[in-house]
Amino acid sequence: MSTADTVAERGTTAGTGSGRAPRRRRRGDGQRQSTAGWLFVTPTLVVLGLFLVIPILMAIWVSFTDWTGRGSPFSSRVGFVGTENYQALLTEQGLSRQDFMISLRNTFYYVVGVVPLQTVLALGLAVIVNQRFLKGRTFFRTAFYFPSVVSSVAISLVFLFLFTGTGAVNQFLGIFGIDGPTWFSDPRGLIHLAGQGLGLWSIDAPPGALADHQVMSLSLWDWFSGPSVALSAIMLQVVWTTAGTFMLMFLAALQDLPTEVEEAALVDGANRWQRFRAVTVPHLRPTILLVVTLGVIGTWQVFDQMYVMTQGGPAKTTLTPAYLSYTAAFGQQQWGQGAAMAFLLFVLIFVLTTFQRFVLRDKDEAAAKKARRAQQRAAKKKEATA
Amino acid sequence: MTRTTRTTALVLALTGALALSACGGGGFEEEGASSAPASASGPANLTMLIASSGDAETNAVKAAADAWAQKSGNKVTVTVASDMNQQLAQGFASGKPADVFYMDASRFADYAKNGSLYPYADQLSDNSDFYEPLRQTFTYEGKQYCAPKDFSTLALEINTDSWEKAGLTDADVPTTWDQLEAVSKKLTTKDQVGLGIGVGIDRLGAFVVQNGGWWLSDDGKSASADTPAVTDALEYVQRNVKAGNFKMSNQLDSGWGGEAFGTGKAAMTIEGNWIKGAVKNDYPDLKYKTVELPAGPAGKGTLQFTQCWGVASDSKAQAQAVDLVKSLTTVDQQMAFADAFGVMPSRQSAADQYKSKFPEDAPFIAGGEYGHGPINAPGMEQVVADLNSKLESFGNANLPQVLEGFDTNAGSALGQ
Repeated sequence: MSTADTVAERGTTAGTGSGRAPRRRRRGDGQRQSTAGWLFVTPTLVVLGLFLVIPILMAIWVSFTDWTGRGSPFSSRVGFVGTENYQALLTEQGLSRQDFMISLRNTFYYVVGVVPLQTVLALGLAVIVNQRFLKGRTFFRTAFYFPSVVSSVAISLVFLFLFTGTGAVNQFLGIFGIDGPTWFSDPRGLIHLAGQGLGLWSIDAPPGALADHQVMSLSLWDWFSGPSVALSAIMLQVVWTTAGTFMLMFLAALQDLPTEVEEAALVDGANRWQRFRAVTVPHLRPTILLVVTLGVIGTWQVFDQMYVMTQGGPAKTTLTPAYLSYTAAFGQQQWGQGAAMAFLLFVLIFVLTTFQRFVLRDKDEAAAKKARRAQQRAAKKKEATA
Repeated sequence: MTRTTRTTALVLALTGALALSACGGGGFEEEGASSAPASASGPANLTMLIASSGDAETNAVKAAADAWAQKSGNKVTVTVASDMNQQLAQGFASGKPADVFYMDASRFADYAKNGSLYPYADQLSDNSDFYEPLRQTFTYEGKQYCAPKDFSTLALEINTDSWEKAGLTDADVPTTWDQLEAVSKKLTTKDQVGLGIGVGIDRLGAFVVQNGGWWLSDDGKSASADTPAVTDALEYVQRNVKAGNFKMSNQLDSGWGGEAFGTGKAAMTIEGNWIKGAVKNDYPDLKYKTVELPAGPAGKGTLQFTQCWGVASDSKAQAQAVDLVKSLTTVDQQMAFADAFGVMPSRQSAADQYKSKFPEDAPFIAGGEYGHGPINAPGMEQVVADLNSKLESFGNANLPQVLEGFDTNAGSALGQ
């Protein structure tokens, strides 16, 4: 992390040509360098602009129009409707808002379930295959990483068969006398089921206090459903497929961990768990931040599994914002609303990621940075007054 | 050359879109008639986008298109879509859509509304030969847009082994709801349910039609689901589902009615003529027969599923495209398609020929007379999806509440 920061800092100093005093004498040289620099990055800028910036700007425009998908969205036939598409999703009572809220609810439970599980599983697997005396290390590394290499569509199809009512999973559960659900057609929420199991309520007759209060087009009862059985099956699959990739990241970081530090801890009499808690995990903090961030972004955007396996069903419990946006645009020809959903999802992910970076930041380093900035500001002020 | 045609097309599109009141010149913007087709001069290069059920369909359509191309001196490129909706949408957005394409009835109204479709039905000399309900399906705001390609209807399939085992004879084939209820009870055993029904309004709707109801009013302008005709029909099915002699396919761990029927979990099912191919491939030993759906209180009723040959309003060679469609919808060509991949001709004049060739399909083709097409008002897809999701656990669904919700949602979708 710190090396990356210094590299970035050096980069900006060289790029702008301003900066530390000794360089100032060779400003002409610096300018030439910066021209060359711009020339070198031009191809990348063109590609990024063409395939990233311009499409994003176009999508922003579409989200403020009533474009029906015919002809260019910039033609005179297309009307500017202001924030109407956003209003339909956020403030107006109706089907659009209801579906969008359902998709947010589903994905919230999905993220809350998948991200911690996949992070912990990946870390566990990485620690296991990092042991120096493990036999067949390469085999296990390959085996754990394998699901990440296979196409998610292929895996989805295999899971469809595993989780049918008479599939392998239910037959396995049957050995223990458990009558498994018909996974992908079971819309019952896990919290609902747990409550029923504890005798708190009955799913067929939900308590009026929850069922009668509507918040954003959904009753409280619906908000607190938990992930449906169908969604849980998808969550299992996703945890299984992504853990391998994240294991690889943890593994790379673990191999950076100096043996001396661990040996020192060993000499100090730390046991295995203490070494893991006090040495390994702090060392992995940047990697954990990376894995959790990638996990959160990836899970909020989940699309493939819904597209291949459930198409949002049963009873909309696997509807996600990304899939809903797709159906709104390509299915219902409501391109403006589809684009608006995509941007709301972007804002949500952006806010969550920023918050999470704040929570997981290295407190010592942040304090040091703050002090350094204050110092720089003071120096500049001095220079200006001099 | 191309520049002039492009300009012509642009001018046409603009006049259409701005709906200028006819002032001097023009004259082709007559009420009810389609605008003059854009005609490419010289040999035209047509593209055709189809959603194929398999090699048999692809090859048959290609052969038919090639035959027309040979005869007319044009060229046709047939593309098989892997995701029809997406590829159609991309084409319309780019302004260069395929000239001719399959247009599904349930999506038709949205595309007609946004002006993507070129209405050419009035250029067909024998348009009235197509079944009336099919033509209605492809009518938007009083104007029929395209020629129905072919169609399917729902009928009742009966497992003959189970039928005999239950001591039933040909005289017991149900023709009323009461009889259906009675035979399904007789057919229900420990591991087989009397009637297995696919989930959603694409099957349940047949009962609604038999009871004289429909989800929308006849003119498609308002919702009418929360009416006794609809409620009673669904309650009839729900009562039997609760009693256990009907079951929905998702209660039988099946993706659709045909799977429940083929695996022997249901002794009868309600499916369309596509079940023939599925049984042949997946359950070759199954013995079954097909009969017309029993009539309800309001008479016979079934659902029709259909597609039409869409022609793009952005096509540069509409005249040639319409000519191609004409050649694809002749009686002979429709019979050739029927031979190749088992679809039913959309022309009434082909019915006799079809029935003599495929006598076992008579119950399906009979539905051409009294069937009802799908919901085809614009903006309804989301509303229909919502209704289907609420009817998924049909046995426990609170029908009055669901139907009332549908009316509210449909009302606001139709009001837009």
